[in-house]
Amino acid sequence: MYNSIVLVKQVPDTSNISGQVMKEDGTVNRAKLPAIFNYEDRVALELALQVKDRFGGTITVVTMGPPRASDVLRECLFMGANNAYLITDRKFAGADTLATSFVLAEAIKRIGNYDFVFAGRQAIDGDTAQVGPQTAEKLGIPQITYAEAILDVRDRTARVRRKIEGGYEILDATLPVLLTVVKDAVTPRPVSAKRLMAYKGAKSLLELEKLVEGNSLLYIDKLVHEYQGRSLYIPTLTADDLQIDLARCGIKGSPTKVYQVDSVVLGGAGPTRIENTGAGISSLIDDLLEDKILG
Amino acid sequence: MAENGKEVWVFIEQRVGKPADVSLELLSKGRKLADTMGGALKSVVIGDDVRSVAVDTFQFGADEAFLVQHPALKDYRTLPYGRILNTLVKKHQPRIVLFGATITGRDLAPRVASHTMSGLTADCTDLRIADISYLGKEYHNLLLQIRPAFGGNIIATIITPDNPIQMATVREGVMEKHRAETIRPVRIVEVPYVPDAVDDMVKIVEQHREENKINLKGAPIIVAGGYGLGTKENFALIYELAHVLGGEVAGSRAAVDAGYIPYERQVGQTGVTVRPKLYIAVGISGAIQHRAGMQDSNKIIAINSDPDAPIFDVAHYGIVGDAMEVVPKFIDAYKRRLK
Repeated sequence: MYNSIVLVKQVPDTSNISGQVMKEDGTVNRAKLPAIFNYEDRVALELALQVKDRFGGTITVVTMGPPRASDVLRECLFMGANNAYLITDRKFAGADTLATSFVLAEAIKRIGNYDFVFAGRQAIDGDTAQVGPQTAEKLGIPQITYAEAILDVRDRTARVRRKIEGGYEILDATLPVLLTVVKDAVTPRPVSAKRLMAYKGAKSLLELEKLVEGNSLLYIDKLVHEYQGRSLYIPTLTADDLQIDLARCGIKGSPTKVYQVDSVVLGGAGPTRIENTGAGISSLIDDLLEDKILG
Repeated sequence: MAENGKEVWVFIEQRVGKPADVSLELLSKGRKLADTMGGALKSVVIGDDVRSVAVDTFQFGADEAFLVQHPALKDYRTLPYGRILNTLVKKHQPRIVLFGATITGRDLAPRVASHTMSGLTADCTDLRIADISYLGKEYHNLLLQIRPAFGGNIIATIITPDNPIQMATVREGVMEKHRAETIRPVRIVEVPYVPDAVDDMVKIVEQHREENKINLKGAPIIVAGGYGLGTKENFALIYELAHVLGGEVAGSRAAVDAGYIPYERQVGQTGVTVRPKLYIAVGISGAIQHRAGMQDSNKIIAINSDPDAPIFDVAHYGIVGDAMEVVPKFIDAYKRRLK
């Protein structure tokens, strides 16, 4: 039996940015972007599910983000995760990778009882690939980045294949270990229809609080108790819950700052237009031959 | 420690006794950064029997090299390499530490940055030293870490204002490698490696490597295809054009993601940066990440069916049209000229 914690992230779909989601000052209006489940995190969850299928154990998914990030947690439940935690607090906003990994590591310590921590190699909104290794460092456990496959787990050792420049290597790591997983490691399983029906009503504490707000007949404690009883409760962890050092969270805890953001403006006079005809292209080739660019 | 607070360090990646190109490129850039600040450039070389690598770094501008040698350090492993760097960084407090944004650099840099609580910016496309004012405070000799962000829709300048140590990773080929104008006398500081049980929590069972035979960086002519080609079959036309012109084949990230072409041939921020004599972009829209990897090419021809594609803004020649139509005409015209 091996227990896994999987770090997942809801990300703006940066490949689908249209004109209107860019603000006038050229910055991105995140609220307008479609939010999606970071694909490599889905692959990480699949790898965790395969460990569970083979050896038994439980899977706990964790995300840090705004309240709406509970969407990706529900998707994880549909795929087969056992538990989900939403880490959310305004005090965590604006965090760089160092501050993010600090909060994640504190949350993982709080959840405890894990043999593996899985995460996608990187998230598409930042492409930094830093949060995984930084979380491992803060937990004081080894890391294997660019993991492609778990070949075996025996006693307290996992045998893992990872990508290296021009090939791969096979490593034996002492548990617990944190793995960051590459996109082509495994194909994530589809959402199970049965699990979808079972967990579509899962709600985070914040979502339950919203229900209470609009209905004077409901009491939050009772509601939480009821959802817990039906295994539909997504607990929330805030700064207070984690009793965390606020100097190391959010903007305050982030050594890197965005100094300037420039929208992508292209200068220059533009290219010489070449007619899409045999003659046009021939004369271009003549120019290139003459300039010794070709030939 | 006269130079305290001004040192620029470069982690030197090495394999079989040879420094990686990206590390030498970073030394060349680091030399400039150090000169601007009036500080020293130091290389950090870790491995087994790698003194010659440390000596090589002086050709590219190092003032001093830290050398850590031990048979247990022959192949890169996160824990011992990280531990060594943590100790060195904490002791000497460099102002800037640069790593190649390779698989190794991206594994090591965040681990070290986390331990030393340093700022770290990934995949920078430019690094500069500047005096700036930020939130009403003046900062002298700060490192501007410039990178496309948010899927390439914006360019962000990142700073590490109130932290003593600024770290950054840079992809291979982004900075230009050149031998230093002044070669400093070789000064190597040997640092002993003290084994620790922690280092063996991860052991290498085996390694398989195929030397990369593709040399995009050295190719004078590159023909690159994008997602706009539509299918892998259509992409064969890119190979044909490259073959006729005697060039190499490359692709955009979208083409790699679509499976048209292997990652080793990806040009752009998260691939290779190239500066060929001629770059032909076919069916590539020209997102900033792609342009970051090719805009310094000597001549650029863009072929795209969308006249508003941003690739035309960096191109010297633009042909608006369907690639499947334009490329055969190009091949045909070129063959006829050679006759």
